[in-house]
Amino acid sequence: MALPVSDGAAADVYLADSVKIAAKILIVGHFAVGKTTFVGTMSEIRPLSTEETMTQAGAHVDDLTGAGRKTTTTVALDFGRLTLSDRLVLYLFGTPGQQRFAQVWKDMTVGALGALVLIDPQRFDQSFDVIGLLEEYDVPYAVAVNRFDGSVEHPLEKLRAALDLLPDTPLVTCDARDRASSTEALMALVRYLQLRASKELA
Amino acid sequence: MTDDPTAKSDAADLVRPYVITRGRGHPTRAGLDLVSLVIALPGDESPHILDPESTRLLALCRGGILSVAEVAGHLALPIGVVKVLLSDLMDTGLVATRRPIPAAELPKTQLLQEVLDGLARL
Repeated sequence: MALPVSDGAAADVYLADSVKIAAKILIVGHFAVGKTTFVGTMSEIRPLSTEETMTQAGAHVDDLTGAGRKTTTTVALDFGRLTLSDRLVLYLFGTPGQQRFAQVWKDMTVGALGALVLIDPQRFDQSFDVIGLLEEYDVPYAVAVNRFDGSVEHPLEKLRAALDLLPDTPLVTCDARDRASSTEALMALVRYLQLRASKELA
Repeated sequence: MTDDPTAKSDAADLVRPYVITRGRGHPTRAGLDLVSLVIALPGDESPHILDPESTRLLALCRGGILSVAEVAGHLALPIGVVKVLLSDLMDTGLVATRRPIPAAELPKTQLLQEVLDGLARL
């Protein structure tokens, strides 16, 4: 494998020398909701993917051959990068929302500022697992409905009720293919995090 | 034919992660996380015998600052493996983490404001 430095684009690979702080926000949601698209839209680098291999994820898998066999699960994490100032860089991690990836969740949520939950209005019921995980790991979150078409079937307030969101939890719409729209959704999350932080101080 | 030394360079796909880490599942240093920023230190690695993955890792980190997650992504290695290899390179003084600004000096409210300001400038 060629190192990225060899393709002449080193400036696009590495962080500026002045960067000192790295922040992390999770982009979560069910399968095929648009997490990878969102990360790709926002990232200043070609989004990267890495794998984490787990050997103890088989706890819920029926294994008739006995305890001697380990089950190996591989979880792919897509992530991107956004340099926000001379000293600050933000990483966005697309995180699968299945309960059986709990081990990876532990790793992912440490130090995360918060999470943006992407929701497909036609399949919002598939989001309960991921919202449950965020609450279990105490990660504050905002909800963004991806490619909301204003369908009368699921107006936002109905979705809020259906998802059983707290009154304070932001519920916004976004188009994960559009940078301005995706940025707005992230800003809604960060404003909410500020509100929570100021309440903690009070 | 079978003695081609370059055949090893893409071994990461073929070699089990615990072989690369010599059986270790955990790094010698705690506290390395996905967004820890790492960089190679100036110095000579020749006294150390490095495995092929560590050699690639060091070459990558010589170019500038990257997060642990980016190192893993560029090298196509699992994050757990990269943490173990990075810890070893830190122990031998070939790689260092960029010292983060202590939390006490950067309150969460200030960090969030900087994130928000940065997003607003995009």
